[in-house]
This record gives sequence, C-alpha cells and structure tokens, in this order.
Amino acid sequence: MSTISLKIEFGGGLELLFANQRSYSLSIPAIVPTNNRTTPTPPPTPDQPQEPVETKPADVTYLIHHMRDHLLKEREELFIEDDTVRPGILVLINDVDWELEGEGEYVLKDGDEVVFISTLHGG
Amino acid sequence: MAPRTCALCSTAKAMLKRPKTGQQICRECFFYVFETEVHNTITQSKLFRLGDRVAIGASGGKDSTVLAYVMKTLNERHNYGLDLFLLSIDEGITGYRDDSLETVKRNQQQYDMPLKILSYDELYGWTMDAIVEQVGRKNNCTFCGVFRRQALDRGAAMLAVDHIVTGHNADDIAETVLMNIMRGDIARLGRCTSICTQGEDTIRRSKPFKYAYEKEIVMYAYFKKLDYFSTECIYSPDAYRGHARAFLKDLEAARPSAIIDIIHSGEAFEVREDVKATQRVQRKDPFSLCWNDWFMCLSETCQRCGYMSSNELCKACTLLEGLERGMANSGITDRGRKKMEADGPTPNNLRTIPFYNPPSGNPAVTIETLA
Repeated sequence: MSTISLKIEFGGGLELLFANQRSYSLSIPAIVPTNNRTTPTPPPTPDQPQEPVETKPADVTYLIHHMRDHLLKEREELFIEDDTVRPGILVLINDVDWELEGEGEYVLKDGDEVVFISTLHGG
Repeated sequence: MAPRTCALCSTAKAMLKRPKTGQQICRECFFYVFETEVHNTITQSKLFRLGDRVAIGASGGKDSTVLAYVMKTLNERHNYGLDLFLLSIDEGITGYRDDSLETVKRNQQQYDMPLKILSYDELYGWTMDAIVEQVGRKNNCTFCGVFRRQALDRGAAMLAVDHIVTGHNADDIAETVLMNIMRGDIARLGRCTSICTQGEDTIRRSKPFKYAYEKEIVMYAYFKKLDYFSTECIYSPDAYRGHARAFLKDLEAARPSAIIDIIHSGEAFEVREDVKATQRVQRKDPFSLCWNDWFMCLSETCQRCGYMSSNELCKACTLLEGLERGMANSGITDRGRKKMEADGPTPNNLRTIPFYNPPSGNPAVTIETLA
C-alpha cells in the first residue's frame, strides 16, 4: 500500500493538545476510506461479511481524523467539530491559507506541510 | 487546482483569503493592506498628535506583539513622530505571566523600544497567585481585571505617556458587544465599541486594531514570523466569554462579515435616556446613593489613593481592603460588604495603594532601555 509523508506543525497554543510537541512527521495511506476511518476495518466474520469499502485519495479531512485518532492527547472537542477543525483554528497548506486550497477536500501530496494555528488564545 | 494570482497585484501567488472582503491576495499585498487599514483607522479617528508619547500595552500575546510591530512600522513609514514604549503588567501568575514576560523582553530587543514592567506585587502587595490562594478560582478574574486597569494607568503615568494603545481586535470587540447584550449591560454596550476612551484625567486609551480581524492578525504574525506567546491563563478562563467567543466563531465560519456587522450594530445602538437612567440607579448601591452622589460632586477621585473613582473608594482600594482584612468578598457582593462594615472601621495600619499622581509630563521612573 503506498503512503505519503507529511509534516505537520502547531501554533498558537494548539500544540498543548498534542503532547506539547510543535512538529510531527507522519505517513498516512495514499488511499483512504471515504468515511475517514483511520483504523483497519475488522476482519469479516460469517455473521458480518466484509462490505466493500469506498475509498478516496487522502485529503485534509482524513488527516484531521488521523490526527484525532493517533496524535491528539486531550480535549478532542477543542480540535475537531463536525468532521472539520473547530472554528477559530487556521490551517495553512504549504504556507497557503487552506480556504484557497479547497479546505478539507485538498488532496495531500507527498512532502506537504500542514500548519494548524489556534486563534483562540489570549492576546 | 491551479494556483490563483493575487487579486490586488495580479502577479504573485495568492496566499490567503481575507475574511473581511473574500479577496484572495498574496503575502506582500496582505502586509500592505493590513498595515494600511490600521493606518487609516489611526488617521481617520485622529488617534495621535505629533510628538505624543504612546505606551503599547504588551502582554507577549499575538495581538499586542503584532500591534507593537505595526505601530513601529507605521510610525516610521508615516512619520507619526511618536515616542513608543512597551508597558507590561505582571499579574504574578507563575507559569503564565512569567513566561509571557520573557516574550515581551525579547520584543523589547527586537523592536528596540523601552519597556516598563509594573507588577501587582509592587503596586498592591499581592500577586494573583496569592489572591487566588485566598479567594479561590471563582471571583479571581474580578480582582485581576480591576487591578490591571488601574495598573496600566499607573504604569502609563510613570512613563509620562499621553496615550495607551491595546491590542483589542475586531473579534474581541464583537464578542464584548454580544456579552453586553446578553448581560443587559446597556451602559457598557455604548462604550465598548468606541475606539478611544478618556476619563477626566485618565490617559487616553485606544484600540488601533478595532477593525482588524483576529484571523488576519494571526496570519500576519505567522507570515512575519513574529515571536509571541500563546497559553491560556491558568486561572479560571472566563466561561461566559468563552461561549460568546465560540458562538462568534461559528457565525464567522458561516458568514465572515458577521464580526464587522456586530461591531456596526453595537455602534448603531442608541439607548433611550430613561432606559439609561434606570441602569444608573440599578448599578448604584442604594444604601450609599446619596453619599456617592455627594462625593461625585465633590471630586471624582478615590479618597484613599487618588485614582479616578465615582465612589468614595475606587474599586481597587475596596478589593484590596477586603483582601487585607481577610474578607475578600466585601468588594464583590453586597452581603460581603455589609459583613465587613459590621466588622468595624478600616484599621489604620492597612496596606494601601500608593497615591496616584496623574501624568505631569516627566517620567517618574527610570525606563529600562537597551544597553
């Protein structure tokens, strides 16, 4: 199965939810389930035969779910809401505002850098 | 997707979408429009006069760090002729303010501006850590808010500045409008949107970022790689404000103009005189109403410390007396106040706040400057 390597970074205090580590390098599958499930589907049993899993190329929405399931250490509600980042968190993909890149639908490429910055902390 | 080009210069690659206008612009054009809008806010509101001494209220957080950088840039670019200072209040919160003050000290070097740090401890004899130890986490924000406001004015008086600017942004102001509506605080509703406020002899305070979106401030800090500190205060985040903030961010996600629209609503409210009048009576303490009015006629300063006050004692002196006498609630609830009054008169040896001398022109302190 092919994978893509990514670098993610946190700013504005968001790193506090991620073990206070500001930067992570990670690999995710290039093709992922459309329902953004990040753990393997349980093996088929006689009662529950394996249903065909719909797939899509890995996008930022999948990455957000992956981060929630594998990197986030606490208070998930401060990071994710309705299958996307909580309002008030800015996302940049290769230093470009993700609003210009299709937000969660942006299809990730090998070597992409994604930055998440919280704006919710005091000024 | 093919990269879009900037809507303003039509050459460089667009890097962000402006929440205010929806325009897709490049990094350099973003810096230029962001700074120019702040400049326009400053000139249209005539915030400064040539030669003004201006203190930037600096917490080390994103807003005040960007404000210090932009004020310095605009002062040089447009020849405002301002003397700029950084003024920080050290509330005495271990693990929070001590770290953020390190950021301010770095800003002092990076921006080459004199810095004055004034602590609650030297002014009131109490750090927030000690206050929380006595009052618990419930009302500590009241103490911190009252003490900070007065500390900023006193710090500004020590620097002999004419003006304090703070990093309050459009999101903060919209949030305050919502909170004042939700609390029925009509008196504050009118005041909270004004860009500049000034009491009788207080130093002017203004908010050059009144129309600057938080998203743009954070993007500006990110693209400029500015050094700021971001951690929530460790003592009781203001839950009510937190809800207002989350609600506002939801509105913004649905329609980015919501923030400016709410500020506009706040500005446009006009409160009937008879409604304002009831507010005043409600806010006064009925037992000492006559005294209050009498003192207001006599003078508008605190009888104990000389700070501006519409009562015999300013709020900070009231709170401090409660702390000193081990009855911290006396400054917060009616019941607490009555309990302290029943306990007897103010002891003579009570710790008080040094007498406030309004700005006279010459700095009263040695300002830390770069070697």
